[in-house]
Amino acid sequence: MADMREPIETGCPDPWQYMHPVMRKNFGMWKYHEHPRPGVLRHVAYSGDEIWTVKVGTQRILDVFTLRTLCDIGERFGDGFVHFTLRSNLEYMVADAAKVEPLIKAVEDAGFIVGGTQNSVTMISHTQGWLHCDIPGTDASGVVKSMMDELIDEFKSTNMPNRVHITTSCCQINCGGQGDIAINIQHTKPPKINHDLVANVCERPTVVARCPVAAIRPALVNGKPSLEVDERKCICCGACYPPCPPMQINDAEHTKLAIWVGGNHSNARGKPTFQKLVAAGIPNNPPRWPEATAIVKRILKAYKEGARDWERVNEWIERIGWPRFFEEVELPFTKYHIDTWRGARASFNASNYIRF
Amino acid sequence: MAIEKHNTPMLDQLESGPWPSFITGIKRLRDEHPEARINEVINDLLGQLEHSYETRKGYWKGGTVSVYGYGGGIIPRFSEVGKAFPKSKEFHTLRVQPPAGNHYSTAMLRQLADSWEKYGSGLVTFHGQTGNIMFIGTNTANTQHFFDEVNEYGWDLGGAGPCVRTAMSCVGAARCEMSCTNELKAHRLLVNNFVDDVHRPALPYKFKFKVSGCGNDCQNAIERADFAVIGTWRDEMKVDQDEVKAYVADKGRQYYIDNVITRCPTHALSLNDDDTLAVNNRDCVRCMHCLNVMPKALHPGDDKGVTILIGGKRTLKIGDLMGTVLVPFKKLETEEDWETLVELAGSIIDFWAENGLEHERCGEMIERIGLANFLEGIGIEPDPNMLSHPRQSSYVRMDGWDEAAEAWFERKAEAG
Repeated sequence: MADMREPIETGCPDPWQYMHPVMRKNFGMWKYHEHPRPGVLRHVAYSGDEIWTVKVGTQRILDVFTLRTLCDIGERFGDGFVHFTLRSNLEYMVADAAKVEPLIKAVEDAGFIVGGTQNSVTMISHTQGWLHCDIPGTDASGVVKSMMDELIDEFKSTNMPNRVHITTSCCQINCGGQGDIAINIQHTKPPKINHDLVANVCERPTVVARCPVAAIRPALVNGKPSLEVDERKCICCGACYPPCPPMQINDAEHTKLAIWVGGNHSNARGKPTFQKLVAAGIPNNPPRWPEATAIVKRILKAYKEGARDWERVNEWIERIGWPRFFEEVELPFTKYHIDTWRGARASFNASNYIRF
Repeated sequence: MAIEKHNTPMLDQLESGPWPSFITGIKRLRDEHPEARINEVINDLLGQLEHSYETRKGYWKGGTVSVYGYGGGIIPRFSEVGKAFPKSKEFHTLRVQPPAGNHYSTAMLRQLADSWEKYGSGLVTFHGQTGNIMFIGTNTANTQHFFDEVNEYGWDLGGAGPCVRTAMSCVGAARCEMSCTNELKAHRLLVNNFVDDVHRPALPYKFKFKVSGCGNDCQNAIERADFAVIGTWRDEMKVDQDEVKAYVADKGRQYYIDNVITRCPTHALSLNDDDTLAVNNRDCVRCMHCLNVMPKALHPGDDKGVTILIGGKRTLKIGDLMGTVLVPFKKLETEEDWETLVELAGSIIDFWAENGLEHERCGEMIERIGLANFLEGIGIEPDPNMLSHPRQSSYVRMDGWDEAAEAWFERKAEAG
C-alpha cells in the first residue's frame, strides 16, 4: 500500500473556468429571455450582450465516439461551451445569432434532435436499468428510447399547454423522480426467498427494519437461519431486495409497469405536487414496451386537447376533476386508486364538490 | 483478432426509429473502437443486456469497491452471469462530481473522454439522477487508475451510500434572469464543506443538497433534497409598466386576465383600467408564474436571498415527503451570511447523525420526532412560515404555553 496515491479531496469543481465568457461577464445580470423557435433560447443581459442556447436531445448513455461528435459540433459551429440540463439534454451556447442556424443544421445532420424547450415534451429523465443497476425491474433506457421515438414530434415542437416532464424508474424507489407523467415498475407479488443464501448474504435485522409494513421476521427454515414474509401484510414494494438479494422481487411475469401523473416540482401557481397513480398492471414488455407508450400517448392527447394555456398536467386534472380524467384517457378507476397509506384521508373528497 | 459477437436480436430492435439509439452507440464501441479490450468488454456487456431483455431480469450485484483513501463514490457491479460474459463480469461505475451548474468546455469533455477510454468501457452519462457524471463500466484495478488520473486534473468522486451526496444546482445566475442568488457558490460551499462526509459514508442514510435560483425549482430541490435552497426576494417585484401594456396590447385583455391575473395563487394581482399591473407585494408568495409569463415586464426585487427547506425525499420508507420550510428568508451576501449557511447545514447533519435511525432520511427523522423537537434540537425558533396551518388536533399538552408565548413577544421586540 506504500505506493498508493493519496486522493486530493477537491470536491465539486469550480464551473467558472468552463463557463462561456459571455455568461461569465453577465453573471447575475440577465434581463430577460425569448423563445425564438423550439429548441432555441435567447437571453439578453442588462449590458446588451446576448447568449443563444440550442438545446439538444441525445441518447443520454453516451459512448466516447458520440461524446466527441458532440464536442466536434460544439467547436466547429459553437463557441466550445456546453451545459447539461437536469434531464440530460445538452445545451450549446453561442454569442453570435448568426451561428444558430448552422449549429442546428450540424446537430440535426449528426442525428441529434433540437427541441425540448418551453411547452414541449422534453427528454424523459431516467436511470440505468438492466445495463447497470442491481435491483432493476426493467430497462429504463429501452423504455425511454421507445417512447421518445414516438414522442419526438412533441420534443421538436412546443404545442403543449405547458411543459411536460416525463420520468421512468426501474423500481419503486423511483430514481427517475416525480413527473407530469411517470412510468414506474410496480411489483405485484411478494418476494421469492432463496432460504439457502439468506444467512450468508443478508444482515437479517437490517432487512427486518427495512420493511415499511413490518411483514418480515427472522425464521429457521430447513434448519437454517433465514427470513420469512407475512404475505398478507406484504405490499410488494421490493424494499427488502437491495439489502437482501436472495429475497427476489423481480419476476419475468409479475413485474409490471404503472403510470402516475401530476408530479410537479415548480411552485408556479401552486405548491409542488407529488404524482398520483392512474394505471397499473401494464406488461413489462421489452424491447419496445408498446402498451405503456400507448397509455402515455392517450394521456398526452387528452392533456393537449383539454388543458388551458399554462396548466400543467396536475392543474388540468384539478380543474376537470378525476372522474373526467379517467373518462378522457379511457382508463379504469378501481379500489386500488384509493390510498391506504398514512395521510390517505387527506385525499378523500370531504365536500359536495361533484362535477356533472 | 476478431471477436465472436453475441447475437442481440432484441436490442437490435432499439436501433430503429428517429430518436438517437443508445444501442447503436454501444455497438460502435464493440465494432469500431481500435482497442480490443473495449471491443471485448462491450461485446459481453451487450450479451448480458440481451440476456436481460430475453429473461426480463437484471444480473448485476453490488459489492465493495472504492479507491485508496475513500469509502464510497464507486457503484460496484459484479455480474451474476459472469461465466457466460466474462469480459464484463466486473463493470463498476465511478460517480464523479460535475462542476456546479453543469458547465463544461468541450476541451474538458475531451480530456475526460480520453482518460475514460484508457481505463474504462467508453460509456458515460451526463448525469445520473443524484447529479454525478456516471463513468459506466470498469474493473476494480482501473477504477483506481482512472480516479488517480482525473483527480490529478481537478475532478473528485461524488457520494454513494449513507453519506452526503453530490449536490446539484440550476444554471442560475450564469444565464437566467429569474436567479435570486449565487447558486454555484451555494452549491460548492455546502458540499465542499462536507467532503469528508461525501467520501467516507458514516451517516444514517443519504443527505442531498440541491440549489434552485427561484421558485420554479428547476432542480426539483423541494421534492428531492434533504436540504433545499430556493432563491427568492422580499422587497417589491419590479414591474416595467410599458412592457406590461405592450403585452396586454399584444395578447388582449381576456388572455391577460385568464393567464396572469387569475392564475396568481394568492390573488395579489389586478389589471388597472389603463392596462398597467397592480401588485400587492405583501400577498405575493414569489411563486414565479407571472414572471414566467412576462419575463420582459416583471423581475425579482433587489433584496434577494433564499428560503431553506428540509427533508424532501421519495417513497422509501415512510412515503413521499416534500421539504419543509426551516428558514423562510436568509440573505446570502456577506461572508458571515455564507458561513452561517454552512453552519446551519452542519448542525442539521450533526443532529441527524446523532438521532437518525439506520437508513432513515432526515425528513423521516423529523416525522418521527416531530418538527418542534427537531427545531429545538438544532436551535431554531418556530415560525408560522414553516406550516400550511397550525395544529388541528386538540390532543396535546401545553404546559409551557405561557413561557412560549412570552418568548415569541420577546423575539418580536428584539427583531424590532
